Amino acid sequence: MGILAAVLSGFVVAVIAPWLTRWLGDRIGWVIAILPLSITAYLFTFIPAVADGEVRQYSLQWIPVLDVSLSFQVDGLGLIFALLISGIGTLIMFYGGAYLQGHHQLGRFYVYILMFMASMLGVVLADNLITFFVFFELTSITSYLLIGFDHNSEASRYSARQALLVTAIGGQFLLVGLILLAIVGGGWEFSALVDQADVIQDHSLYLPIMILILGGAFTKSAQIPFHFWLPGAMAAPTPVSAYLHSATMVKAGVYLLARVNPTLGGTEAWQYTLTTFGAATMLVGAYLAIQRTDLKQLLAYTTVSTLGLLTMLIGIGTEIALKAAMVSLVVHSLYKGALFLVAGTIDHETGTRDIRILGGLRKLMPITAVGAGIAALSMAGIPPLFGFIGKELVYEAALDMDTWAVALAFIAVVSNVLMVAIAGITGIHPFTGPERETPKHAHEAPVAFWLGPLILGALGLVIGILPGLVDARIISPAISAITGEPVEVTIYLWHGLNVMLAMSAITVALGVVAYVFREQVRNLSNLTWELGRVGSEAAYDGALVLLDIVARGQTRIIQNGYLRFYFLTILVVLVVAAVYPLATYGDIEIAGDLNDIRFYEWGVAIIVLLGAYMAVRAQSRLAAVAALGTVGYGVATIYILYGAPDLAMTQILVETLTVILFVLVLYRLPQFATLSRPSSRARDAVVAVTAGALMTVLVLIVSNVQFEPPISEFHAEEAYPLAHGRNVVNVILVDFRAVDTLGEIIVLAVAGIGVYALLRLRLWEDRTEQ
Amino acid sequence: MTSLILQTAARSLVAVLLLFSIFLLLRGHDEPGGGFIGGLVAAAAFTLYAISFDVPSTRRVLGIRPQMMIAIGLLLAGGSGVFALLTQDPYLTHLWYDLDIPGFGEVHLGTFLLFDIGVFLVVIGTTLLVVLTLSEE
Repeated sequence: MGILAAVLSGFVVAVIAPWLTRWLGDRIGWVIAILPLSITAYLFTFIPAVADGEVRQYSLQWIPVLDVSLSFQVDGLGLIFALLISGIGTLIMFYGGAYLQGHHQLGRFYVYILMFMASMLGVVLADNLITFFVFFELTSITSYLLIGFDHNSEASRYSARQALLVTAIGGQFLLVGLILLAIVGGGWEFSALVDQADVIQDHSLYLPIMILILGGAFTKSAQIPFHFWLPGAMAAPTPVSAYLHSATMVKAGVYLLARVNPTLGGTEAWQYTLTTFGAATMLVGAYLAIQRTDLKQLLAYTTVSTLGLLTMLIGIGTEIALKAAMVSLVVHSLYKGALFLVAGTIDHETGTRDIRILGGLRKLMPITAVGAGIAALSMAGIPPLFGFIGKELVYEAALDMDTWAVALAFIAVVSNVLMVAIAGITGIHPFTGPERETPKHAHEAPVAFWLGPLILGALGLVIGILPGLVDARIISPAISAITGEPVEVTIYLWHGLNVMLAMSAITVALGVVAYVFREQVRNLSNLTWELGRVGSEAAYDGALVLLDIVARGQTRIIQNGYLRFYFLTILVVLVVAAVYPLATYGDIEIAGDLNDIRFYEWGVAIIVLLGAYMAVRAQSRLAAVAALGTVGYGVATIYILYGAPDLAMTQILVETLTVILFVLVLYRLPQFATLSRPSSRARDAVVAVTAGALMTVLVLIVSNVQFEPPISEFHAEEAYPLAHGRNVVNVILVDFRAVDTLGEIIVLAVAGIGVYALLRLRLWEDRTEQ
Repeated sequence: MTSLILQTAARSLVAVLLLFSIFLLLRGHDEPGGGFIGGLVAAAAFTLYAISFDVPSTRRVLGIRPQMMIAIGLLLAGGSGVFALLTQDPYLTHLWYDLDIPGFGEVHLGTFLLFDIGVFLVVIGTTLLVVLTLSEE
């Protein structure tokens, strides 16, 4: 129950966030931060048990007939991610309150970001595949809302849509992959599928499953060629970028890879695919980063690079590689979160994020400078920071491989050289050198701004000096969960004088050179800039243009705007679709006997027919509507005769209201301008009579055919014992089939709002024309 | 068009209709009625008021925007299913409580009623949203 509460509490608080914001004003950030802080504290209580190899589970029935349950598990892998999500979330919450202080939509910001946090916790703690998928998609949707937070800006909307389309299309692949996985593996829980690894990997569907799941993971984690949406996502407010697009959401794809690794991993296909895409993403991400001059863009592309690194390491899949992956994951979240927050602070204080304008801020913003400096050193991999350990492990993992060792080590070194340079550019450069003129004159920001970077930086330093704090408690259980077997690892700051140390030294040395000559490096890399433009982003734009063309064409044909043609289409399709199976069905018995019909039933039937005839022959719309009303009341009378008072009441009320609505609309319309031509009238008559006759025949046949025992008996018998109601119709509506009713009232509400929007839209047009 | 006869009749009719709609809503679980029918009756009552008087005064009498009614209704109906969490049952499994009121008899209270009130509000809200907007055109 506690796990469920930890996941869902974010949604609950999100609902009341706007009122809280109005009530608490500027202090809102600190208050909201209590929620993620409590979740973090709660998650800490799992550490001893998880370190002992325990897996805590909690399950709640959701859709039992489909094996879908709200089941969660806390194992090492889930815990490490959950701690990062809630921990960094705490910092983001109060930072966001300060960053967006006075923003008129601060309440909305908290709604989105809390829902995001809850979804993300759901992703990493879910055990059931469908539950996982639902939360996975929720992170895409909340991310869309957050990127488009500044919805008045065209660029924001474009980026938001791009991120949504790329990740949601990937999500569709993932859904199919997960369903196939469950069918092949015979279970809907991640924890159960681990035991079926052999069965799944020998199955002929293994390759499709792997490709589909990778489709979901690669789009989410911005692997090449889907990397382009992530830099665009920087249109979001900076706290969002720090949280979603570096520390948490983009790692959901990596998490997924790690989660299915014990089930799908270990094969050559898995290993080569992940290593290739990961290494390519790592290199290209770092290379694209160095071309940028906007702080956030620089950080975004290095995030792409790190995501590539993590994918590559999971692909290598050895114990040392997974150790490197988990350490790098934590290292990256700490320093990247800090640097993003610093970038936001700089933007907030100086009014620019352009590194060509920034400089000399150390005297003006000393505390921010300290936080940024520590984070940058960790990013560059300087001892004794945690980043140093991460880089050593990456080199060790690459060199440890049987094949490709030299190639991967080389790619890792090149990427890291660029990372060192970018660490300097983003974390050191804005604060050093002479003071520069910026759009706003900078001051040290309030505590909410520098506290986050300082905490994250300090954590990187403390864990770097004392890796024993985390290795057995957090890192080892996570690796055990990824390999599927218990693993004990120890992490040391000092690995001794070896090849890795030499590589680290070379990396830092070259990185410093690249930093010093950063202008030249950027100019040099910009020569290939044009090449980068004809990539997957161009393909994305092209696909959108194509979609527009197809949509416009088919809308012109199908959605022609004439109600009569819609009816015609519907009825003709109905007749054609029903006549064919009827004709081939054979052995049809028609129920009923004309002698069973009583005289008053004949009376009602004649009134209905007369009403229909009047409606067709009417010379004015009002007369037609009134005649149609007669038909409706006649039908209601039949319901009464057959003992269905609920139906009859509904029918009568709906008829009445329909007539009123018609009158309100008709009042605005001119007289019949032209009556339809005889030819079209003949066509309509044929269609109408055929459809009517078909329905009559269908009803007569259906009441004679019995495929299954009718459910109405169950409803009638169980209405009182199960649902405490004697009115079976109502019991069905509000209890037995309540989900259907819920769906129907949602449709009703949407339709009503649609009508309202259309009417208001026209009013608005009228006003502008005047 | 205003008619004194219609207005006088409407005043009392609307009150009776609204009472009747609540009666229908509450008895719906055991006798013909329910949130949908009750909602239609209430919507008809307000529509009658709008025809006899005018839209602004109907909005005043209503006291709440139809959009808000829809929102509250959906929240009630959707939220009524969450209580099933308490008994670890699937979503929208309704809970029951039998209340014995001296001199009145036994009353079944259940989360189904929240659901039905939700339906009631959505139906009124949607109908009035369309009717009132159309009348204003």
